[in-house]
Amino acid sequence: MLPDAERLCVALADSLRPGLPPDSALVGIHTGGVWVAERLHAALGLKTPLGRLDVSFYRDDFSRSGLHPQIKSSDIPFEVNDRPIIIVDDVLYTGRTIRAAMNEIFDYGRPARIDLAVLIDRGGRELPVCPRWAAQTLQVEPGRNLQLERSEAGLLTLRLIDA
Amino acid sequence: MRNPQLNKNGGLQHLLTIDGLPREILSTILDTAAPFSEVAEREVKKLPLLRGKSVFNLFFESSTRTRTTFEIAAKRLSADVINLNISTSSTSKGETLLDTVDNLCAMQADMFVVRHASSGAPFLIAQHLAAMGLEHIHVINAGDGRHAHPTQGLLDMYTIRHYKKTFANLVVAIVGDVLHSRVARSQIHALITLGVPEVRVIGPKTLIPTDVDKLGVRVFHDMRAGLKDVDVVMMLRLQNERMQGALLPSPQEFFKYYGLTADKLECARPDAIVMHPGPMNRGVEIDSAVADGPHAVILPQVTFGIAVRMAVMSMLAGG
Amino acid sequence: MKIHIKNGRLIDPAKGIDAQADLFIAAGRIAAVGAAPEGFAANRVIDATGRVVCPGLVDLSARLREPGFEYKATLESEMAAAAAGGVTSLACPPDTDPPLDEPGLVEMLKHRARHPSFAHVYPVGALTLGLAGERLTEMAELYEAGCVAFGQAQAPVVDTLVLMRAMQYAATFDFPVWLQAQDPFLGKEGVAHDGEVATRLGLPGIPVSAETIALSAILQLARDTGVRIHITRISSAAALEMIVAARASGIAATCDVSINHLHLSDADIGYFNPHARLAPPLRDGRDREALRRGLAAGAINALCSDHAPVDDDAKQAPFGEAAPGATGLELLLPLTLKWAGEMKLPLGQALARITCDAARVLGLSAGTLAAGAVADVCIFDPRGSFRVTRESLRSQGKNTPFLGQELPGRVCCTLIEGHVAFENGRQG
Repeated sequence: MLPDAERLCVALADSLRPGLPPDSALVGIHTGGVWVAERLHAALGLKTPLGRLDVSFYRDDFSRSGLHPQIKSSDIPFEVNDRPIIIVDDVLYTGRTIRAAMNEIFDYGRPARIDLAVLIDRGGRELPVCPRWAAQTLQVEPGRNLQLERSEAGLLTLRLIDA
Repeated sequence: MRNPQLNKNGGLQHLLTIDGLPREILSTILDTAAPFSEVAEREVKKLPLLRGKSVFNLFFESSTRTRTTFEIAAKRLSADVINLNISTSSTSKGETLLDTVDNLCAMQADMFVVRHASSGAPFLIAQHLAAMGLEHIHVINAGDGRHAHPTQGLLDMYTIRHYKKTFANLVVAIVGDVLHSRVARSQIHALITLGVPEVRVIGPKTLIPTDVDKLGVRVFHDMRAGLKDVDVVMMLRLQNERMQGALLPSPQEFFKYYGLTADKLECARPDAIVMHPGPMNRGVEIDSAVADGPHAVILPQVTFGIAVRMAVMSMLAGG
Repeated sequence: MKIHIKNGRLIDPAKGIDAQADLFIAAGRIAAVGAAPEGFAANRVIDATGRVVCPGLVDLSARLREPGFEYKATLESEMAAAAAGGVTSLACPPDTDPPLDEPGLVEMLKHRARHPSFAHVYPVGALTLGLAGERLTEMAELYEAGCVAFGQAQAPVVDTLVLMRAMQYAATFDFPVWLQAQDPFLGKEGVAHDGEVATRLGLPGIPVSAETIALSAILQLARDTGVRIHITRISSAAALEMIVAARASGIAATCDVSINHLHLSDADIGYFNPHARLAPPLRDGRDREALRRGLAAGAINALCSDHAPVDDDAKQAPFGEAAPGATGLELLLPLTLKWAGEMKLPLGQALARITCDAARVLGLSAGTLAAGAVADVCIFDPRGSFRVTRESLRSQGKNTPFLGQELPGRVCCTLIEGHVAFENGRQG
C-alpha cells in the first residue's frame, strides 16, 4: 500500500514552514516536482514566484540516450543571486536529477544556498545527495519506478510501475 | 534508396535538406527549439550538451553571418568550434573536398557544418562518412549551391509558428530570386510538409525555376496579385551579380515591380508578417520603411535561428 | 587456325538468321555457316550449347583515353574491357589530349591498337583543330591515316559559318560528319535536364531546346551542304522527332543513343549520384520512353556504350563538379538484352542495333557472320548474368550508374579475326 501523495504534500509543507527565510524560492523539477512545488508554494504563501526546471539539457545520460522528445522551457522568474533556493522533487532516487538541477540553477546565478525537499526518498543513491526534507522514506526494489501522477481533477497519487 | 539523412531507425542522422523529411521530425525540431530560446536570457548562456565535442564549420563559400550563428549555437552547447574558411582556390590546388573531410575526421571531428557553392556537396560528405563507417559524425548543411539551406527553412517555420501559432489556413508568398535560392527551396518543402495550404512564389520568369509548380506552389508574376490576402511574406535576397545582365535589366526596375513596399504590402492581410533571410538589399528587394516597419519580424528570425540551430545540433549529437 | 563453333544458337541480324547452326572459321574469316566446308579439319572446337553465337559487337563510341588521359584509362585496360564485353569494333571520339586532329596521332593510335586481342579501332577525327571550332583539320590526310568520320565529340562549333564550311569540306570527299547537338549557350552552365528534378535539387538545368536548336542548325546545314550527317547521343523525344521529319524531307541523317539514356532518366540522379552526371544530360521519363521505342523501330539507327572511363577523383565531387561520363564497354550487351527483354523484342532485332546497323553507320561491312566476312564473333549465355561491381569491371573506369546491378547476359567468348581474344573470364 503506497502512501497518499496529498497527505505527504501537507506533511512536507509543515516540515518546511519553521524558520523558512521570507525570500526563499521554490524550484520544482518537471513534471512531478513542479506539481509538488505548486502545492508547497500555495501552502507556504511564499512571495517569490515559483521556479520550474526541465533538466533535460543537463542530464548526464544525454550522449547515451539523446534528448527527451518533449522538453519544456525552464522558467526561473526571480533573481537567483544571493537567494536561498529549495529544489522540490517528487521522488529522490539516484540523485542524478538533483545534480543536473543544481548545475542548471548555477547558470542563472549564484544562490545563497540550495536545499532539497522531496515527497519520497526511495534510497538507491549514486551521488552524495541528501534531502533536507523528505516527507517519507520508502524502500523500492531496483527495476521498479515510483511515479507521481495527477488526475484530471488535479489530485496527486503515487504509482509503482516496472521500469 | 534510403534517405541518406535518416538513420536505420528513421531518426535524424544528418540535416541535409527538408525535402523528404517527415512532418513529425520537422515538428519535433520546432518543439525542441522552444526551450533552447529561453537559454539566451540566462546569465550563463551555455548548456553542457555538446561538451567535449568538436564542431567544424566547413565553409567552402564565405558567409560570416551564417557561420557566426552556427558558431554561437555550437558554443552555447559547450562544443569546441573550429572555423575553416576554405576558398575554392585552395581546393583547386589538388586537395579534393573529401581529402579535406578525411583530414578533419582524423582530428576527431564530431560534426561538420558545411557551406558549399555546389548543390549536393553535403550529401557527398555524408555518403563518404557512411562509406568510411564513420556514422558517429554528423553533417549539417549550412547552404549548398541552389539546393537547400535547411536550418534557415526551419528557423523561418519557427518564426511563422511563433507569430501565427499554426500552419493550417495560412497563405504564404515567397518573393524574388527563387531560381538561385536554396532558402526558397527549403522554405517551400517545409511549408508544404507542415501543412500550409497555399504556398506562392512571385518573381519575373527569369528568376522562377522550371516546373517549380510541381513542388506544390502557385506561380505569380504580378506581385500585387501574388500578395493578395497572404499571411506571410518571405522575401529573398537578390545577389549583386544578378541585378543587371541577362536575368534582370536593373535593380531599379526589379524594385519597382518586385521590391516590397508599404504600398504593395497593403495587398496582404493587415496582420501579415514580413520575413527576410538577410542580409537585406534595402531599396532592391525591400523598402526600408517595410524592413523597419511593424510587419517585419526579420530580427526575431535571427534570434530564433540560434535556438533552432542549437536544437538541430543537440538532436543530431544525441542520436 | 581453324575453329568450329558447334551447337550454338546462331543469330546474324544482317542475314535475318536466328537458328541452331554451327559456324566454321578459317584464316580469320567465316568459312561457312551450317555445314562444314569440304575437308574442314578444326584445330579447335568450341561447344556453344545453350549459347548465342552472334557477330562481334560494334560500338559507335568508346573512349580509350589515349593519348593524354592515361590516368583515366589505357589502351590495354579498355581493350580488355572491350573483349570482355564482346565488342570487336569500336569508334573512338577525338576528345583525347591532344585531340585527334593530326595524322600522326591517328597513326600512333592505330599502331598501338594493332594487337590480335584488341578490337578494331576506327578513330573519328577532329573536325576542327584542337576541337576549338575555328580552323578545319586536314580531313583528307586524317582519312588516309585511318579516320572513318569527323566530329567534335562534345565540343561545340559555336561559329555556324565554320560549321557550314567544315561540312562543305567533308562533303567534298564524302566523309561522314558526326555531331552531338547541344547549343553552347543554353547548355553552358547546366549539369542536368531542366525539369522538376533539377529544380528540386537546385542543379542548373539544360533545356531540351539546347539540343533541338543545335540539331536544327546541323540538319539545315546538312541539307545545304549535302554532307553525310550522323547525330550522336540524342537525348530527347523532340530531337528524335526532328530527325525523323528531316529524313522524310530527304536529309539522310542517322543517329545513335547511349545505353545510359536508353535505361535511365533524370530521376536516377537520386541524391546527387555523380555517376548519373552525363553529357548530354539524362532527360525525363517520357524522353526515355521515346528513345526506347525509337531504337526498337529503327528510327534510331544504333545503340552505343558511349564508354567514358573516369578516374575516381573526378567522380567523387559534388554532382555539378563531377566529370561527366560512364564506363560502358562491358555493359553494352547486357543493357541491350535488358532493353530487348523489357520491350519484348526478338533477340535478332535488338542485336542488329549493336552489330550490323552500327557497322552501317560506320560504313563497314562488319557486324555479320556471312561466309567470307571477317571472323569477329561474340558468344554469350543469354541466361547468364553480369553483376556490375568495381571488381567485375575490367575497364579502368569504375564509374557507371549501374554499379551494383545484376544485368542479363554473360559473354563467354570473343573472337577477333578468328583469334580468341576472351574466353570464360580470361583474356586471350
